[in-house]
Amino acid sequence: MSRHEITVKVNGEAVSATVEARRTLVDFLREDAGRTGSHAGCEHGVCGACTVMVDGVAVRSCLMLAVQADGAEVTTVEGLADETGKLHPVQQVLREEHGLQCGFCTPGVVMTLAALTAQQPPPSEEMLRDALSGHLCRCTGYQGMLRAARRLARGDIGKATA
Amino acid sequence: MSVETSAPGAAARFVGQRIPRKEDRRLLTGRGTYVDDVTAPGMLYVAFVRSPIAKGRIRSIDATAARALPGVRAVLTAEELKALPIKYFLVFGVPGQPLPDYAPLVADRVAQVGDPVAMVIGDSRYVAEDGAALVEVDYDPEQPVVTIEDAREGPLVHPRLGTNLAAASQPADDPEMDAIFARADHVVTHTVRHQRQVQSPMETRGILANPLGSGELVVHVACQSPAQAARYLAMLFGIPDHHVRVIAKDVGGAFGLKVQLGREEIGVVAASLLLRKPLKWIEDRLENLTAGFQAREHDMTVRLALSKSGDILAADVDYEINLGAWPQMIDGGELATMMLPGPYRWGRQRQRARSYYSNTCGLAAYRGPWMMESLVRETMVEVAARAVGMDPIAFRRRNLITGADQPFAMATGPVLDRVTPLETMELALEAIDVAAFRVEQAKARAEGRYLGLGLSVYVEPTTISIGGVMSSETAQVRVEPTGKVTAILSTHSQGHGTATTMAQVVADQLGVDVEDVTVLEDDSSRSGFGAGAGGSRQAVAGGGAARRAAAQVERKIKVIAGYLLNANPEHLRIEHGVIRVEGEPEVTSSVAAIAATAYLEPDRMPPDMELGLEAQSRYRPEIPFVFSNAAHACIVEVDVATGVVKIRRWVASEDCGVMINPSVVEGQIAGGVVQGIGGVLLEHAAYDAQGNPRAATFKDYLMPSALDVPEIEYRHLITPSITEGGFKGVGEGGAIIGPPALVNAIHDALAPLGFSCFDLPLSPPRLLAAIEAAEASKQVAGAP
Repeated sequence: MSRHEITVKVNGEAVSATVEARRTLVDFLREDAGRTGSHAGCEHGVCGACTVMVDGVAVRSCLMLAVQADGAEVTTVEGLADETGKLHPVQQVLREEHGLQCGFCTPGVVMTLAALTAQQPPPSEEMLRDALSGHLCRCTGYQGMLRAARRLARGDIGKATA
Repeated sequence: MSVETSAPGAAARFVGQRIPRKEDRRLLTGRGTYVDDVTAPGMLYVAFVRSPIAKGRIRSIDATAARALPGVRAVLTAEELKALPIKYFLVFGVPGQPLPDYAPLVADRVAQVGDPVAMVIGDSRYVAEDGAALVEVDYDPEQPVVTIEDAREGPLVHPRLGTNLAAASQPADDPEMDAIFARADHVVTHTVRHQRQVQSPMETRGILANPLGSGELVVHVACQSPAQAARYLAMLFGIPDHHVRVIAKDVGGAFGLKVQLGREEIGVVAASLLLRKPLKWIEDRLENLTAGFQAREHDMTVRLALSKSGDILAADVDYEINLGAWPQMIDGGELATMMLPGPYRWGRQRQRARSYYSNTCGLAAYRGPWMMESLVRETMVEVAARAVGMDPIAFRRRNLITGADQPFAMATGPVLDRVTPLETMELALEAIDVAAFRVEQAKARAEGRYLGLGLSVYVEPTTISIGGVMSSETAQVRVEPTGKVTAILSTHSQGHGTATTMAQVVADQLGVDVEDVTVLEDDSSRSGFGAGAGGSRQAVAGGGAARRAAAQVERKIKVIAGYLLNANPEHLRIEHGVIRVEGEPEVTSSVAAIAATAYLEPDRMPPDMELGLEAQSRYRPEIPFVFSNAAHACIVEVDVATGVVKIRRWVASEDCGVMINPSVVEGQIAGGVVQGIGGVLLEHAAYDAQGNPRAATFKDYLMPSALDVPEIEYRHLITPSITEGGFKGVGEGGAIIGPPALVNAIHDALAPLGFSCFDLPLSPPRLLAAIEAAEASKQVAGAP
């Protein structure tokens, strides 16, 4: 198995490692970069728990190889809250709306919503709901996530409704 | 949307409030600690070699090539594991029950696809899996037993047992029962077949077993109770309890799958003890869907005797379960048949149940394992109502018990009290507005669109404490010298939110703020024994223990404060951690000040009083079953061209007693309902005739997505239970009472077509086939 020297900027910090060509990005992030927030739920691209941003785009890190991310900027769920620990609006709204239970799928959901809400023009509720359908959650029945999506689409953030 | 019809007592400041969860900040920022996030120095990885056939004898295993692969450190088979005797038993087993030869690795006969045959241990998961692919196993395949029909007469799954029948109950002759049926005005026969499902938590199973030496084994494992996992391992391996420490900080869902450690986790512990190395195994999704544990797959047929005025006279029940090869428990159908009468006046019942081994994945608990009772009863009630010429709602009103009937002894034994089935049904019907819906439905039918309304009503035996590991939970409550509160409980969250709800309970009892209470429940070495999550019991058993322990601490705080303030302890009030004397507003103290005295100023303490502010209480509810209840109503639209069911509304009207945190309650209901929606419409862990699992990925095993779910509307009735705090369990309910509401709505929608299908899942192909069959039979019936 061939080995490759790669450097990936993870949450603004350069991480270098020698990896096998077959190493997935999620394994690189979790084991080589120490960012265990991204979770491998299915390892075949369906559940979405491993979603991270690669150069600003939401990507399933179980379907991307680490070597493909050489030189890229990757943002994981650990990189979203600001320096003071203030939650990203997506995280804050999910918290207020009880949008999570076990929390295993949550990092992927957060990253998808964060990538979409960073776009201009801002996404509609329907777009966010469609994007959420690419994430499997077994705990919540999606109720809090859908309320969060509605509030994000309306720009209704920073105050609790529940 | 949520409406509550009564509020908890005025004294409660946090119980009853929609407090944001304490654990969410950690989980939202990627700082959770799930088992795969934990590492140990020198840790190696395990991959299992699994059987590709459903049944057969192992002729030979050749691991030469695997052992020669660089990075592979060991290959273990059943032969190597013999060095460490394991006393295999089932946590929920019955002593003396005949069991197949459970073992971490199969020695000679595989009994399902995916049976673990060898373990390959390597420097990385990649290398371990490479090694597993190099292990050559030679099998002598045999014809497997796959379905219930196969199991009844087919070849033996476990030849040593001499039968495929794992458990059975056969009723005695009952001439009076036969007489009731003989003179009944109507007899309805109703059969429901429920397909195989998989619990499918988003985090699969996983373990890191670390034998640290000097007798201590530290195990990080995805489980539903660290204390129970520790006890189980100690008993399996014959080592003292206190030498096994199980840690499970965050667990990514469980739903019954993780209530008992499986063969793989036990095998990893055995290998770690043999090799004296920390070993990690993280199940992949293929293994989880096909070889871990599965759930459901049961058929029930009920004959119901009815009077012409629509009274249910008696039920004759026949129930069969396909347990698979290596079930987590030998379910003989006791709970499903016991609960069949539900909240109905149902004079008599007799039941016959049989569960069979087959060459499929073993069953485990899954959210509401006895849910067939509600699915069968609530769909049958509709069939029965039509048979006697009554509207199903009127039929339910006639047969449901009322408050005046309670306490009410069910025909099968349990006593229903403080339940509100009729009241929750009326609330649900009011919310859904039946009259307006029928107008809309008629208009839609005129346009060729099929809308339907479904209803279901049930009672649920939560917090069953009749004996065994689920008898009690324990809580230690400690005010630290700083005045902050630590509550150590035997409860455990796999998403349940007990770090928040138990803090709400403790904060109210002590009179401190919820921010000042930290709940710890992740470590068997500090919690004390308890079964944790399972059986909808943590609010009742854990909450009760927390209240009682906190009450002891509260009394002690008041006695010390009374002594120091020269006041009668009975006249003290604690709020926000501040202690005030009634009628003397200028005199105050605080929980923090009393705590400092209790630990650090022994000479200021009342004479003869023990230092410290800490107490422990173990709670078993006063009643064997704490009944909660609910009625659900939903509206669907069925596309008869595609067979797709769109759920337009869903009302969950329930009574779980005093709600600790309504948002957590609603989260539990919603999660259960949506799992139920998956079970009715989508999910099917199917097998082919050779016992090969046909749903091995999330592309084949279809779970509901955000586009498949309605916005659930809630109605809450609050009828406190007699247990400590007035709580009732709520964790499983949605998965029990959701499915029949949906099945009934589909039948209501398609009633004009003469549709009838109670074989789940009602997936598009099956719905279309049943619609075609209904149309064909109508044509035959209508033919001259």
